[in-house]
Amino acid sequence: MPHLLTYLIFLPVMAIPFILLLPSRLSGTATRMAALIFTGLQLLLAGYLFFIFDRQTAAFQFVEQAKWIPTFNIEYYLGIDGISILMVLLTPLISFLAVIASWGITKGVKGYFCLFLLLDTGMMGVFCALDFFLFYVFWEVTLLPMYFLIGIWGGPRKEYAAIKFFLYTLFGSVLMLLVILALYFTSNPHTFNITKLIELRNTFTGTGWLVAFIGLYIAFAVKIPAFPFHTWLPDAHTEAPTPISVILAGILLKMGVYGILRICLPILPEAARTFAIYMAIIGVINIVYGALCTMAQKDMKRLIAYSSISHMGFCLLGIAALTQSGMNGAVLQMFNHGCISGMLFLIAGVIYDRAHHRDINGFGGLAARMPLYAGMTTLAVFASMGLPGLSGFIGEFLVFLGAFEPYPTATIIAVSGVVLTAGYFLWMFRRMFLGPLNPKYENLPDINTREMITLVPLGLIVIALGVYPMPVINLINVSLEHLITLVK
Amino acid sequence: MNNIESIKYFTPELTLVITAVVILLLGMRFGFAHRPEPAEGMGARRLLPLLTLTGLVVSMFFCAKLLDGFQPTYLFSEMIALDRFALFFKIIFLVVTGFIIMFSIPYQSNADKFAAGLQPEYYVLLLISTLGLFCLSAATDLLMMYLAVETVSISSYILTAFLKGNRKSSEAGLKYVIFGAVASGIMIFGLSLIYGLSGSTNFEHIPILLASGSNGLQPVLLAATIMVIVGLGYKIAAVPFHMWCPDVYEGAPTPITAFLSVAPKAAGFAVLIRFFYTVFSFQSGPETWSLTSGIPWPTIFAIICVLTMTLGNLAALWQNNLKRLLAYSSIAHAGYLMMGLVLLTGRGLTAILIYLVIYLFMNLGAFMVVIIFSRAIGSEDIKDYKGLGWRAPLVGVIMCIFLFSLTGLPPLAGFIGKFYLFAAVIEAQWYWLAIVGVLNSVISLFYYARIIKAMFLSGLPDESAPNLSRLSIPGYYTVLLILLVLPVLVLGIYWEPLYNFAAASLEFL
Repeated sequence: MPHLLTYLIFLPVMAIPFILLLPSRLSGTATRMAALIFTGLQLLLAGYLFFIFDRQTAAFQFVEQAKWIPTFNIEYYLGIDGISILMVLLTPLISFLAVIASWGITKGVKGYFCLFLLLDTGMMGVFCALDFFLFYVFWEVTLLPMYFLIGIWGGPRKEYAAIKFFLYTLFGSVLMLLVILALYFTSNPHTFNITKLIELRNTFTGTGWLVAFIGLYIAFAVKIPAFPFHTWLPDAHTEAPTPISVILAGILLKMGVYGILRICLPILPEAARTFAIYMAIIGVINIVYGALCTMAQKDMKRLIAYSSISHMGFCLLGIAALTQSGMNGAVLQMFNHGCISGMLFLIAGVIYDRAHHRDINGFGGLAARMPLYAGMTTLAVFASMGLPGLSGFIGEFLVFLGAFEPYPTATIIAVSGVVLTAGYFLWMFRRMFLGPLNPKYENLPDINTREMITLVPLGLIVIALGVYPMPVINLINVSLEHLITLVK
Repeated sequence: MNNIESIKYFTPELTLVITAVVILLLGMRFGFAHRPEPAEGMGARRLLPLLTLTGLVVSMFFCAKLLDGFQPTYLFSEMIALDRFALFFKIIFLVVTGFIIMFSIPYQSNADKFAAGLQPEYYVLLLISTLGLFCLSAATDLLMMYLAVETVSISSYILTAFLKGNRKSSEAGLKYVIFGAVASGIMIFGLSLIYGLSGSTNFEHIPILLASGSNGLQPVLLAATIMVIVGLGYKIAAVPFHMWCPDVYEGAPTPITAFLSVAPKAAGFAVLIRFFYTVFSFQSGPETWSLTSGIPWPTIFAIICVLTMTLGNLAALWQNNLKRLLAYSSIAHAGYLMMGLVLLTGRGLTAILIYLVIYLFMNLGAFMVVIIFSRAIGSEDIKDYKGLGWRAPLVGVIMCIFLFSLTGLPPLAGFIGKFYLFAAVIEAQWYWLAIVGVLNSVISLFYYARIIKAMFLSGLPDESAPNLSRLSIPGYYTVLLILLVLPVLVLGIYWEPLYNFAAASLEFL
């Protein structure tokens, strides 16, 4: 199938003309259906991609290359390899589930789904683009819809959260723009082509490029979010509507880690080697500081948001190790965290829809009233804690394995993060689900079918990968091996 | 080329003059402004703008005809130049003036405060102003340059104060005159010093004569340069010569504000480029220039540039009146544009040209929306824009596109403009300037987003109960808006032709 990636990227926005043309009388359900169908098609394509993806090569696959702006040597250049494949698979899945989770949106439905689909396209584009200019365009395309989705359909402090998210990310990305231009004018012949820039990696050496590396790192660190650029995340998550939180935690944060793997490390390897130790330290700060902040949270969504910060620290630590298992762990952790935090935010949405608040202390004994819901929560929470047999464990274990040799002290400190995770999640679980039932919530209905449909696929992935992670590791292994040879 | 021979290359300007005279005579004969009010007057009222538009189209036709196949040459005894660079700017001016005329057409029979568009003098002044801009972009002589600056300024003063009986408008006009008089007084003093030092008023001869003179007069030349910068800096509203700008923009009739924010600014850049690149530097390579006579004007401009964008952006953060906000934003944009001026590279100048074209569409568009909304709700205050996006979705969405384009977000044209500017700055290795520039773009997001926040982030209607208070926007305005928004969208995705056109226009005498 030619132009597979182009379809994968642009399928969602193809729904927008249909949605805009719908008569307003029909718009509600028809809009949702259109979004569901187009993201569903995208998911099918992604599934097809999973089967035909060649696991034996580190080269880019499904490559599409066309001239865009010849006078500036800008190309429309797409391709995926082991580093991006997991995110290319995860994005349609999470988007599809988020559309189902968005069924309850009743205000401004057309606008909501148009922006949502645009966001989907932007995210897919980021993971497929191999031209740095194109990458930047897609990167920025994700900003606008996110701003509106949080700002219009969000909670009470939505305006503050939306502009904070926007300003932080834009601050990072303009730095990226400057580095892109510096790379362009230094490369000879001038190019934005990421594969060519990787070939020229040994010409980008010296202090100037270390500064450039830090500029790029900041752009990506804001997205991850790495300490000290993380403060937008709890606000954005808390105020965003449930499906948008899912997208944010499931995919948008991964764009940061992906950027480091795709761009920082292979194009600026010398600077990466110098900076790796700091990246490890920042990773550990994320893990421990994030976990400690999580402990203090009373709002369920805020708690999950902080736990995301903590868990993204594992990705940073794994990358900083620059070893095979560390990298594998980091990429797996990206995927796993996408599934697990997606589940957790969906779970938070379920209770919020019923009780209209998320104050952990305001609940109690829900397990008796909502057994199915309690079961799903248990699964997500245990997966997030890294319980063996569930997918979270594999990623974290590989990260520790890879990071122990280069940074033993940092790794030992980081392991405490696992204990803290267990602490805050179990404590949350106890306060919400065990103990005496709050009489206010005696008649709370259990989780419904639509909500189960959004949770079960993610739950199945979490269990399957926990038991047998090889299908996923096979996808990424060869490319990461190649990445390490590029950096070393 | 002597005066008689020159005339046949002067057709675009002559067309403007003839149109202006015709309108003036028609106005005297029929007295459009004094017609009784009822709707029957509408046909005649629309005659004037249509006539003006026809003049502009004819002028555009002559410009286009000149564009293919000619040798760059001097006209009127080396007073003005006929080159691609000037023609590029002339086309910009025609497009701007065309849109301004279309904004000004009164759409209702009841004369509101925008009745400016009813009077023949309004169109005459706009045409004269355009004529001045034409000469400004082509001037190759100090005297011509000064004359053109004054032609533009004087017609702008009157246009600013055009709303008779409106205090703010009159006040703005007066402020504009006073600031303008001071600035042009300083400038002509600088010009006379340059003449005194070199003995010529011609851009081409001055550097040669300066080079042959003694070097002891360097401080005088520096002073003269700074005086010229004052005069022209005032035209583009660069800090610290920007004080007039917010007041004038707020008080002037909004179509005139839109005009002032684009056309004289573009002309200012045209003359800055031509003056400084021919008089104080020489082309040392295919795409590079070198300084002559040791005047460090790029450094001076770099400082002005940083001040302009930073101050413009910071001041815009606190504005509540939309016209004032856009005034400060246009100051900031002048700052971005100046980044291209200091680099002494062809890429920098091409970036200015590209940015000006894109800026034209997005800035006019933003003002157009302000006009539409202020005619619909009678306010230009941000707090009155609450929920307006939901009451007029199409206009609201288009406004978002303009504002995000002004911020410089892809995939909109504003990003392409900024991209080329920053690319030029990075190529010339002015890294600190680039960093200041991008940080300024981030600041600018905040105030543009304030408008968007007011329009869309509140007042979301329910699906079950559609909001009844929809604003009715005349279809004519919607069409105009779409004309403005299309280039912003298309150039953001494919801008190769624009780049080629701008690069080809970088040929001046």
